[in-house]
Amino acid sequence: MTDAPLSLQDFTSLLSQFHGEAAPAIDAASDADALEAVRTKYLGRAHGWLKDLSAKLGQLEKTDRAAAGAAFNEVRLRVEATLETRRVALTPARVAGALADPTMPARRQWTGAVHPVTQVIDEMIEIFRELGFTVALGPEAESPWYNFGSLNFPADHPAMDLHDTLYLADDLVLRTHTSPVQTRTLQGYAPPIRVLIPGNVHRRDPFDASHAPTFAQVEGLVVDEGITFADLKATLTHFANRFFGKTKTRFRPSYFPFTEPSAEMDVLCGVCHGSGCGVCKQSGWIEILGSGLVHPAVLESSGVDSEKYTGWAFGMGPARTALARHGIPDIRLLYDSDVRFLGQFAK
Amino acid sequence: MNISHEWLKAFVPHALTAEQVRDLITAHIATVEGFERTRAELEPFVIGQVMESEKIPDTKLSANKVDDGTGALLDVVCGAPNVTVGAKYPFARTGTTMPEGLVIEQRKIRGFTSNGMLCSSRELGLGDDHDGILELQTDAAPGTPLLSVLPLSDVNLVVDVLPNRPDLLSHQGVARDLAAVTGVAMQLPPELSSIQPIANVMRDEREVAAGGVNIRITDAADCPRYIGVIIKGLTVGPSPEWLRNRIEAIGSRSISNVVDATNYVLHGLGQPVHAFDLKKVGGSQIVVRRAKPGESLTTLDGVERKLDPTVLVIADTARPTALAGIMGGQASEVTDATTDVLLEVASFAPKVVRLGRQKLGLSSDASYRYERGIDDAALPRIAELAAGLIAAVAGGKVEAMLVAGAAPAARTAVTLRPARVSKLLGDTVSADEVSKLLTSIGFAVAADGDTFSVTPPSFRHDVLRDVDLVEEVARLRGYDRLPDRLTASRPSNVPDHPMHVVGRRVRDALVAGGLYETRPLPYAKEPPAGAAPLVRVRNPIGDDEPYLRESLLNTLAGRAEHNLSRMQGDVRIFEIGTSFTPKAGGGVKEEIHVGALVMGARRPRHFTEPEPPAMDAWDAKAIAEAIALAAWPGARVDLVPGEGDVTWNVMVQGTSRGIVRNVQLDAPVWASPAFGVEIALGKMPANPIAAQGTHDYAKGEGAAAGARAAVRYEPLPITPAAEFDLALIVPDAVPAAEVERLIRVTSGDLLEAVSVFDEYRGEGIPAGTRSLAWRLTFRHPERTLRDKEIEGRRSALLKTLQKEIGVVVRTN
Ligand SMILES: [Zn+2]
Repeated sequence: MTDAPLSLQDFTSLLSQFHGEAAPAIDAASDADALEAVRTKYLGRAHGWLKDLSAKLGQLEKTDRAAAGAAFNEVRLRVEATLETRRVALTPARVAGALADPTMPARRQWTGAVHPVTQVIDEMIEIFRELGFTVALGPEAESPWYNFGSLNFPADHPAMDLHDTLYLADDLVLRTHTSPVQTRTLQGYAPPIRVLIPGNVHRRDPFDASHAPTFAQVEGLVVDEGITFADLKATLTHFANRFFGKTKTRFRPSYFPFTEPSAEMDVLCGVCHGSGCGVCKQSGWIEILGSGLVHPAVLESSGVDSEKYTGWAFGMGPARTALARHGIPDIRLLYDSDVRFLGQFAK
Repeated sequence: MNISHEWLKAFVPHALTAEQVRDLITAHIATVEGFERTRAELEPFVIGQVMESEKIPDTKLSANKVDDGTGALLDVVCGAPNVTVGAKYPFARTGTTMPEGLVIEQRKIRGFTSNGMLCSSRELGLGDDHDGILELQTDAAPGTPLLSVLPLSDVNLVVDVLPNRPDLLSHQGVARDLAAVTGVAMQLPPELSSIQPIANVMRDEREVAAGGVNIRITDAADCPRYIGVIIKGLTVGPSPEWLRNRIEAIGSRSISNVVDATNYVLHGLGQPVHAFDLKKVGGSQIVVRRAKPGESLTTLDGVERKLDPTVLVIADTARPTALAGIMGGQASEVTDATTDVLLEVASFAPKVVRLGRQKLGLSSDASYRYERGIDDAALPRIAELAAGLIAAVAGGKVEAMLVAGAAPAARTAVTLRPARVSKLLGDTVSADEVSKLLTSIGFAVAADGDTFSVTPPSFRHDVLRDVDLVEEVARLRGYDRLPDRLTASRPSNVPDHPMHVVGRRVRDALVAGGLYETRPLPYAKEPPAGAAPLVRVRNPIGDDEPYLRESLLNTLAGRAEHNLSRMQGDVRIFEIGTSFTPKAGGGVKEEIHVGALVMGARRPRHFTEPEPPAMDAWDAKAIAEAIALAAWPGARVDLVPGEGDVTWNVMVQGTSRGIVRNVQLDAPVWASPAFGVEIALGKMPANPIAAQGTHDYAKGEGAAAGARAAVRYEPLPITPAAEFDLALIVPDAVPAAEVERLIRVTSGDLLEAVSVFDEYRGEGIPAGTRSLAWRLTFRHPERTLRDKEIEGRRSALLKTLQKEIGVVVRTN
């Protein structure tokens, strides 16, 4: 070889000339055969243009060869990538038929669902857990003492008429509320007590669009030193704002034998936001739960010092909330277990 | 309780709107759950003044010019004889809907145009006056709404009175609290304020006689006090308009002046009063006694009722004349012919009225109030007012008042520490404020050092302890005034109940597996003869399902059939709930079970698999394993073949916990077979009453909720595994589990894994046998196994299998 050494500048201009021709030629190939011809011309191992360029590397000054080699590799990788992209673009017809139309549906598995009433209970538990509550349970067949006596129900009094009771025996009833678990918890554990009590309760109610003989209830109980009505109001208002989104609460006088003072809690009607509509019977408020300070007689019947300890409790029906939140018109749908209904609540 | 806004205002002359009154009652007294304007249908009517009037010849009609306040005079044709120029009448403009539904339109009558209608009281639904249109005595301008000049507009407030506050079951009762809340002084309505005391009063503890009437109480425990007032020479007839308006305002029907007056006292003052036709009371005798066996009485509603000694009655010399505190008798009812009455104003014990009401299944406004408690101390004054009211509306002379029985004992005072009020409410309430609030609703407060001695008024039966007074203070101040800041709290001393923790884990596993959670009713039909007994409800809601279920799977089977009847064949449902079993010695055993039922397609339909296979027993087996794994993490779970419909028994650490079974359904032909799982997660002991601290309800045995033992890490292998397959001919009598057991015991501890991967019957396989293909994986922890070592194990294994259970290698 007698030629003068090739300059780095000349070599890079040869490289860019190569890239400038090869890339459009690859993109212009209209089928696999054309693409193969282009590949042979530019990248062929035996006689391709690139092969010629690689042979020219030897003509460079030794000091330039490293930089020239890097530039050469860069161009080679780019052109090869262009070729591969074009190859994929030209070959889908040979891949399995399904992906020819990627809009076809995925191969899905069955999706399960948590019952809408359980979803409400779960959300309540999540919110109250942040406030230090745990979960207590109790039996559904109860003695009248746990269901009524320990909870300060006066015997032979119209207060009993609010609980139309199903009897299993003289001394055994189906619990009419989750409140007997208040007594069981107070008997079993020393304060501080902060529990949520979900469970099914039973009343002698007809099964119609708005009543069911068995339904879920969620009870809350707090007992410790220095617990006040202001704590009740603050905690339940906090819960309402977490559960319903930013809202307002209203507390009004009520009556339960096992709380004193007693209060019903309303939240702003979600439909009219307080101005009054058919859903809230023009009141602007929706009744959510009953609550109150634990009656000292309840603490005393479980052997808790009612002078030292005070507490508050509430009870809520998650089914009512589920009906309202999902616009379910008939409570029986919650019990029928129709798969077309249950499937609507898949998360 | 229906409360008329206008009637209430007669007791508390406030200047509030009905809406404001509603909100105050709800916030401080009792919830107002209904708000209905009465006579709302008269809202569009206005005052019209007749400015000109002219007879239309040969008719009874007149052509008039009416000013309705809109400017131009309207031409109105009228058929009434009493049209007077200058007078004002109710006027219906065109477009107005009459109370009976007719819409007034422009009409042509005898060539005269009529734009509207002058109305009679009958046309407005206000009475039966046939004399012509209703002339209004008013200074109001034409065009003024009719309701603003007629005293007919009212609002019915429906107050939800709870069992502890019977004192709110009257207008006077609500008015007392409203007066305290508004600060407006309470008064007697004008119709009551001028009634004079009765001059002739006879009293005795048990028996009293006057004016030919004799009253006797046989047991003061049933009837502490009975007051009779004799009124003679009255005339029964229609009520005056003011009384009729009061009665109709609360949704009742006006009957007669005497009956309306007694209803006025009931709803106005809260005291049930009953008027006997004195001439029909045998011997003019009133005896308060229990009914005798075999006695009966036809009550005001015309029903003959058989009585027994649980029922307290009013009797004359011969027979019962009324059910005490519940309902009067038909024979002594006041009629149009009545001239003399005996008015009963009595106190009956709540319990005896309640028992009688329950026994007879007959409830009334009177029994409702007696059961909850009346204001016994007020009886003499109420008797005066009631008698005075009857005399005012029906004439006659109040001749004498007979009082049998004693005035109630003074109420017991309740001790209250004012500091306790602030402590319980979490807000500072001064002793002075406590005292003022309690005094405002009739409590007598006497200070004694740091404590108050508080005596409830006679109409409050619900105030027994200091907390009851705290509630009075809290509600009168208003719950809205209490602060609601979240404060720091100590964490709960109660652990999560294990059944909650386990139930949650099992539920998550099943939902992840594509099942829907259900919450069905737990009731069941009578079990078939020979089946295990179920717990029966004594007073079931319906006769078709009077039992409590033991098997959740049976409940789910019913729900599956419900779905099939709605053409839904892909059913994957579960429930975590209570199973009820009768205990031998009485009582109920409760367990928390999980039941699951699957049928129909194993996967959703997909274009690559247009007909997915139906679920089978293997799917149910997998569900059982998934439940056991979630409920008893780390425990050994075996599914042992069962018998009949039970395909497997689920064993956890050697204890039977449940079953997998085929579920027989009443199913249409197109339905796939159903498979079920039922597993007992744990007990829910219903302990008897326990001493404090000894109660162990949370210690029910069953699935493990606590921290599980940590899984030990096994080093990842560093040597290659050696695998080989065995195709075996297995006699049908030999279960796969037995083959696997022998493989495991024979292969030694280098065996890492063994699994069956194919089952085949048919060509080339002898009858009575099947081919099972197994893959065995061996590995030495430190070195590569040599081919000779593998071959040695293989031949030893085949020898043992043939010798022990007659299994040979498949050669074809
Ligand atoms: Zn609303």
